[in-house]
Amino acid sequence: MKPRQQRMLAVGLAALGIAIAAGLTLRAFQDNMMFFVEVSDVVAGEYPKERNFRIGGLVVGGSIEREEGSIDVRFDVTDTACTIPVAYSGVLPDLFREGQGVVAHGRMGGDNVFQADKILAKHDEEYMAPEVAESLSKHQKDIVKAVAAGAAECNSNDS
Amino acid sequence: MIPEIGQFALILALSLAICQTVFPLVGAHRNDVAMMGVGRTAATGQFVFVGIAFACLTYAFVADDFSVLYVANHSQLALPTLYKVSAVWGAHEGSLLLWIFIITAWTVAVSRFSSGLPEAFAARVIGVLGFLSVGFLLFALLTSNPFDRLIPAAADGGDLNPLLQDPGLAIHPPLLYIGYVGFSVAFAFAIAAMISGDLDQRWAKWTRPWTTVAWMFLTLGIALGSWWAYYELGWGGWWFWDAVENASFMPWLIGTALIHSLAVTEKRGLFKSWTLLLAITAFSLSLLGTFLVRSGIIVSVHAFATDPTRGFFILTFLAVVVIGALLLYAWRAPSLDSDVGFGLLSRETFLLLNNVLLVVATALVLIGTLAPLVIEMATGGKISIGPPWFNVAFLVPTIPLIILLGLGMHTAWRSQDKTPWTRMLRLPAIAALVLGVVIPLFIYGRISVLLVVGCAAAAWIVVMSLIHPIRSLLREKGTAGITRSVLGMSVAHLGMGFFVLGVTIVSAFGIESDRALRPGETIEVAGYEFEMRELRNVEGPNFSAIEAEIEIRKGGDFVATLRPQKRQYLVQKNWMTEAGIRAGLDKDLFVALGDQLGNGGWSVRIQYKPMIRFIWLGALIMALGGLIAITDKRYRSKVRKTATADAAAAEATA
Repeated sequence: MKPRQQRMLAVGLAALGIAIAAGLTLRAFQDNMMFFVEVSDVVAGEYPKERNFRIGGLVVGGSIEREEGSIDVRFDVTDTACTIPVAYSGVLPDLFREGQGVVAHGRMGGDNVFQADKILAKHDEEYMAPEVAESLSKHQKDIVKAVAAGAAECNSNDS
Repeated sequence: MIPEIGQFALILALSLAICQTVFPLVGAHRNDVAMMGVGRTAATGQFVFVGIAFACLTYAFVADDFSVLYVANHSQLALPTLYKVSAVWGAHEGSLLLWIFIITAWTVAVSRFSSGLPEAFAARVIGVLGFLSVGFLLFALLTSNPFDRLIPAAADGGDLNPLLQDPGLAIHPPLLYIGYVGFSVAFAFAIAAMISGDLDQRWAKWTRPWTTVAWMFLTLGIALGSWWAYYELGWGGWWFWDAVENASFMPWLIGTALIHSLAVTEKRGLFKSWTLLLAITAFSLSLLGTFLVRSGIIVSVHAFATDPTRGFFILTFLAVVVIGALLLYAWRAPSLDSDVGFGLLSRETFLLLNNVLLVVATALVLIGTLAPLVIEMATGGKISIGPPWFNVAFLVPTIPLIILLGLGMHTAWRSQDKTPWTRMLRLPAIAALVLGVVIPLFIYGRISVLLVVGCAAAAWIVVMSLIHPIRSLLREKGTAGITRSVLGMSVAHLGMGFFVLGVTIVSAFGIESDRALRPGETIEVAGYEFEMRELRNVEGPNFSAIEAEIEIRKGGDFVATLRPQKRQYLVQKNWMTEAGIRAGLDKDLFVALGDQLGNGGWSVRIQYKPMIRFIWLGALIMALGGLIAITDKRYRSKVRKTATADAAAAEATA
């Protein structure tokens, strides 16, 4: 091949490769993008209905319940304004604790319980997922009180 | 006192780094030998002073000097000494110091082994490395000084993150950094060649071993990180497509492309400007990786505490390096391309395809990593891209890559005659297809398209990689054997084959199950019975733990006893999972303790991971291939010449 042809071949292949990559990326993004939804918005019913999404907030103190001997666990997550119950079946991460930030992947069940298929708690105690931190600071309620009691008066319009 | 010596040594190192940048570059421009000579001396001096700073920080850790803020935050009296040493690079400031120490070590190595290079060229390489060093030293001194004092001193430290208290993680960052920073050498060679406007095949020959060494370390570093994540994070996965994992993987992919492109440039004088671009990209992606980790801009398990000034500094430095390099490239590269042709069926074509596919793979990883950031800036929506996307997207370029890999190895440079080529390929292709069906169907009893593709691809690479070495063994006496270069290539590709096999099998047949288990109870997962014999308390040096004794049987026959622990570290009060793993080449059995369930039982995560060891074994073999390749005769002769030159120089000065 002459250098000119080589260059054409290289450019052509690269363009083709990038086009395929771009096409696949966009297509697959649709299915794999997972939105972060604030707890208040979930309570207000503003969440993707037929697909998974992420929620985040603080685990309400005293809300962790489990049936003795079962790996099913339920707890409440609050963004200091609103609170929703979360159900999960499986091993919880090491840093999962009352009052700590947590992120859950899953979807809403019919009984208004968030059915989580994955629970994330960060490895560093000081570190909180940025979206959770932002969600908490937006509502600016008393964090200590919210963690202790859950958000009592949830007005879904305030978000 | 000692920390101040370290601080002062860092400042001296910065002054030397400035000399190391300015004098050789100006000297090379003016063709002034004395000025060029300053570079080597300054580089050695810088290495010594950064080494002193590093030793001072290590001393502060070992001596429990909690009047140093960084030590107070990341160490503790009861921490075992090994982890006091590795705590030096356990967080941002110290890991940056390690980074700087490694770049100075690379520079000294380059200046040692560069006497075979033209003086002006070597001077420019050292000058460019000096510039990078200036950037990082400024970064350390201005934003992340590890020697900042804590007055009054703390009585005890805040302890090292328990996750990092592990031998694997003690050596993971140094290996990774040697790899990352090693690409700065290829980068410096590229910049030096572009400044001088002179790039011939010798340039590729000089650059190749350096790049291969950096790539080897990066391979080992990534593999070790993956192994550590597997046994220490307690999730049982080996790759999570986490932003920071991706940040180390992208330079690896481009580095791999660079190694292959350098082969073409060395053998045939082709792809010169492309090779330069890859060298620039590999290092830029290393810097981008640093930026992603340091700035905390991306959500990641690895993210250090966020600090906008640090992110801003790195971003500025990244911009200066990348824009500067690309401008130089735009100016110089067009004049470099040569007029050599090659046939459509030739090794050049396959290596070109290799490069295109690796670049596409990198682009996909980059898109997936940065998409959440871009979408948030554009729409305000907070999204994440899950591993399933990466898994699928990554297969698109890599499946053809693997098939072409087998072909490319056995195609001649310049032009390949088609008939003998197709005849030679027939048998391996059939063998690979047969194995692709047999392995999943007869060993694991299940089959799917993806499984056949994966197993056949793995078998294909393994068979094709063995052809050269086997022929060499069967050759008639007196005929030329295989060169180290070809052997290295064959071994590295063999490792790739093992890796693909491991990934395919563990993805398809791995089983993970979260269950409840009480002492005396037995559950069955993946055909194995797991019995919890007892639970007991165990005391470690700086933690106390609950340990379960779990006996595994298959059909009543004893297989193994595992002792997973749940540890509580005494200072940070963090709970940590230590999984119990029965490792084997054919399969791993993995048990991790979860939570107490209230009735004396625990939730446990049980995993069956067939052939997962092939993933890390494959990576090890790949790195071994790199090691074999750099011992090839043509590099050795250079080194020997260098040694003689050194001896001659020593004699002359004596």
